[in-house]
Amino acid sequence: MRNFLLARLLQAGIVAIVVGALCFVLMRVLPGDAAMRIAAGRYGPDARIAEAAEKVRLELGLDRPIATQFLEWLGNLLRLDFGHSLVTGGTVVHELQVQLGASVWLAAAALLLSLVIGPIIGLFSGLRPGGVADRMGLIGAVTFRAIPPFVLGLILMLVFSKQLGWLPPAGFGSPREILLPALTLALGLAAMSSRVTRNAVAAVARAPYFAFARYKGLPEAVVVRRHGLRNAAIPVISYLGLQAIYLIEGVVVVESLFAYPGIGHALVHAIVERDIPMVQGTALVMGLMFVAISAFVDLLSLWLDPRQRRPA
Amino acid sequence: MSLLNDVSSPRFKTGPGAARLTGAGLLILLGAFALIGPAVIPVDPSAQDFGASLAPIGGDYVLGADHYGRSLLARLAHGARLSFGMAFLTMLAAAIPGVLLGLLAARKGGWAERGLELVATVVLALPGLMLVLLLLAFSPGNYGPLFLGLALTLWVEFYRVTKATTKTVLAQPHIEAARMLGFGSSYILTRYVLPVIAPMIATLAAFAMASAIIAVSTLSAISVGLQPPTPELGSMIVELLPYYSEAPVHVLLPAGLIFLLVLGLQLLAQGERA
Repeated sequence: MRNFLLARLLQAGIVAIVVGALCFVLMRVLPGDAAMRIAAGRYGPDARIAEAAEKVRLELGLDRPIATQFLEWLGNLLRLDFGHSLVTGGTVVHELQVQLGASVWLAAAALLLSLVIGPIIGLFSGLRPGGVADRMGLIGAVTFRAIPPFVLGLILMLVFSKQLGWLPPAGFGSPREILLPALTLALGLAAMSSRVTRNAVAAVARAPYFAFARYKGLPEAVVVRRHGLRNAAIPVISYLGLQAIYLIEGVVVVESLFAYPGIGHALVHAIVERDIPMVQGTALVMGLMFVAISAFVDLLSLWLDPRQRRPA
Repeated sequence: MSLLNDVSSPRFKTGPGAARLTGAGLLILLGAFALIGPAVIPVDPSAQDFGASLAPIGGDYVLGADHYGRSLLARLAHGARLSFGMAFLTMLAAAIPGVLLGLLAARKGGWAERGLELVATVVLALPGLMLVLLLLAFSPGNYGPLFLGLALTLWVEFYRVTKATTKTVLAQPHIEAARMLGFGSSYILTRYVLPVIAPMIATLAAFAMASAIIAVSTLSAISVGLQPPTPELGSMIVELLPYYSEAPVHVLLPAGLIFLLVLGLQLLAQGERA
């Protein structure tokens, strides 16, 4: 357990340093004077850039040695100081607090929905491999994996908002507005988890203990509930951990598509507006969220399967 | 041992099944459209003709025209070529260093392997799209960072699979026998290692191309990737979306093309395994 937490902390540390170093290097490697670019970003291209750039250079200390600047940046990071947004002027931390909350809700809703859709389809496919449910599940999974998430989102928007008028196409605030973006993410996740579930269920259904439960005369539903679900859930849960990447990347796409005010939306906006401190802060938070989600999923699988808790 | 079992399991051995053949057929058709299309269709994909704005399918324009009156057939052909080309280049840029580094790590072990493992772990600690977005943040709308970012995230898979498989192959008795008979590293590599890893690399390559196609179109659709008027399939969808009620099929065309491209690659890659 302690090793597990330590490994995750290490991973979080690596993410922070890599994102930071990458931003730092990119700022300086790319053509053009960093102070010039920041000045242009702040005051617009019409301002008297050369003077403004000098001011920026002094203010941010860009004329000092690069190593000093990098260490200072790391120091600020440790004090959770990401600086100020170049566009709104507010602190990056404050902006991120608001958006992170929204994104966490979206990710949680998507995970939950996908856990309702994927494993249930997988269960019915896996109990009768090769049957009608299995074939339909396979076609569905292949189809949803071949549709890019943004196209899926657009289709859902067109069907549920435009044609049927059931759900709002964009916005934030009520559960109704989270449903479409969450469903977009969930369908992509379910396409994959349904197949993993199907294989896990098929393996469990072939196992001797499953056959024994049937021989001793337990009703089918009880056999599945007592002897099937928990065993089949373990590979599914650990597979979901790998899908944390899908969730994080999906958040970026789906949030910008549905104008949902979360981290991904903020990152895309910051990129379009060249708001470098916001880009750094958001990328960092998204990296940490990725570590957090995979840690959560691993904990879940430890809880489901006590055998893993024993030291190997 | 488990990896060895993986290699000999039917998933890599199955001949061309129905799914695989369908995938290959689909890709040949789409590839022909992407390669020959732009040469055969004599229309400039960015030539505007406002008189033909949203022209229907089957008139003067075979597949209709978009809101600026640009020929959709020409734009789709150029878009397909762009997607295919980007995906192919990205795959090569990820596969070549990935496989070579994997072979190196498996052959040398020691510090070389530990160093490469560390780099691979670091890349895996970050979601790939974020790496691409970070690179794009500093120089938006360019092919370079998009391409570099995608390759940077995709090489790890090639590296890991190559390394693990090569290691198990090199540990087998017949390799030792070959070595004792005096055969050199390059002979062992081409005769014993490559035949085992080649089918796996081919599978990974198809998946990598599918990921690249989805990533490029997605980024363009959320307006941080390639910028219009480049005929990119993802940005075409978003450009045409406001006109959905007047011309629904026009929006579905680029979306369907992406779908078929990715479907073809995935069918080819997974074959019977799906």
